[in-house]
Amino acid sequence: MHKHAIEEIIFKILMISSCLLVISVLFLILGTIVCKGLPYLNWSMITQAPKSGYYLGHEGGILNSILGSLYLTGGATILAFMMSLPVTLYLNVYAKKKSILVSMVRFSFDVLWGVPSIVYGAFGFMLMLFFGMKASLLAGIITVAFLILPIMTRSMDEVIRMVPPPLLEASYALGATRLETALKVVVRQALPGISTAVLIAFGRGIGDAASLIFTAGFTDSLPNSLFQPVATLPLTIFFQFSSPLAQVQGRAYAAALILTVIILVISIVSRFLTKQFTRNIVR
Amino acid sequence: MESNAHIRVQNLNVYYGKDHALKDISVEIPNKKITVIIGPSGCGKSTLLKSFNRLLDPVDNIRITGKVLLDGEDIYDPKAEVTHIRRKMGLLSQKPYPLPMSIYDNIAYGPRIHEERDKRKLDRIVEHFLKTASLWDEVKDKLHSPASRLSVGQQQRLCLARGLAVGPEIILGDEPTSALDPKSSQNIEKSFLELRKNYTIVIVSHILRQAKRLADYVLFLYMGQLIEYGPAQEIFENPKEEMTKEYIQGSIS
Repeated sequence: MHKHAIEEIIFKILMISSCLLVISVLFLILGTIVCKGLPYLNWSMITQAPKSGYYLGHEGGILNSILGSLYLTGGATILAFMMSLPVTLYLNVYAKKKSILVSMVRFSFDVLWGVPSIVYGAFGFMLMLFFGMKASLLAGIITVAFLILPIMTRSMDEVIRMVPPPLLEASYALGATRLETALKVVVRQALPGISTAVLIAFGRGIGDAASLIFTAGFTDSLPNSLFQPVATLPLTIFFQFSSPLAQVQGRAYAAALILTVIILVISIVSRFLTKQFTRNIVR
Repeated sequence: MESNAHIRVQNLNVYYGKDHALKDISVEIPNKKITVIIGPSGCGKSTLLKSFNRLLDPVDNIRITGKVLLDGEDIYDPKAEVTHIRRKMGLLSQKPYPLPMSIYDNIAYGPRIHEERDKRKLDRIVEHFLKTASLWDEVKDKLHSPASRLSVGQQQRLCLARGLAVGPEIILGDEPTSALDPKSSQNIEKSFLELRKNYTIVIVSHILRQAKRLADYVLFLYMGQLIEYGPAQEIFENPKEEMTKEYIQGSIS
């Protein structure tokens, strides 16, 4: 056989087996969560707050952390978005392409992306001490917003960069200002990418535990104030896994299953909504 | 000499970094005529065209000296308002770029930006300019479907209508037919010949036959220099400069 043909075959095998490996690992994780969690999942789990002795296997549910996680991550995502969008629009529409500021901003976000979440937790904790706050929903929101800001900004940046320059020119040529062009043309054109970026950031935020230990705290009651501690799913999972009781460990898997389903539902819904809004995109 | 030309260029120099792209260009673009800028690729044709409505502004490291007078006002004067300048000119680029919105909104985008909110007036503007660009019959039943679904030729006519909708006096075309099939190119050329009655038109073209078909005046650029300028017939039949003759005969490209 020809040397090139052999090369082709070897690399094809390598690529396909890597793909299969990735998919099987994913399904193994999902399968474990479903198999171990499903038997413990019941209605009261998602409709009730924990009653006394819940973590010893008694009655109750984890509605406190489901709501807590949604509020916290939702707030953090909105807060991060309010900072990401102006930053990316500045980098791509306003700033000079090769300015030092632009490359510095991109570089710092790349570095921040790699900072472990416990460091964000410690930083958030420091801020709290400085302002005299205690562990609360608000502190958690701010900390997670910092955590997901680099992820959201850089993902958004990558898609907004792909908007073809002549499209901007077309808008300028009609007498539009930079702001009008940025908001009415660039954002619209990049909307699918922007919503994906927001989604990735949300997924990263809702799954993080380490940044919340000091900042959001934990509580058995449902979240009712920005200034009270709040329970979150990852911490619920963590606490229940640490239990020696099989019943409680099973509930940890069930909580993980709920977390996975939340992420799944949010991805599907937002993908569907984005599709409705983006019929007009230029390809 | 006092003249009433919309666009008067005086000693225009453009530098991209160290690259001297346009060298001391002075020219007047006659009103309500088609002026075609010809020349080999990289000679500065597009740069000259874009300098007319300040589309060079977003380019990094660009330096511009000299004047471009639009109706007597220097557009590079720091006090000049760039959106106002651009409104006076419609632009057709090499490849049509419809905005990411519906056919209707593409046309209405310009007028809306310039504070036109009356729905009925917008309807009339959209219809009128789609007719001017001879696109109305093809799209009148799907005004609210995405502009990106039109064919490339239709998109270019849409872009023409969109440009006209802001009420310009000048139309700029940067090789506006280069991405189109022959039939669509013909449509666009036909539109230009129609529009000449009411608009001053400047087109960049690297197709000599197209220049011959359209041009009233021809402007020949070579390596950033204005070599020759004059009525089309003179340039094509009896060029004064040796270089122009060579380009027209096809020995430099």
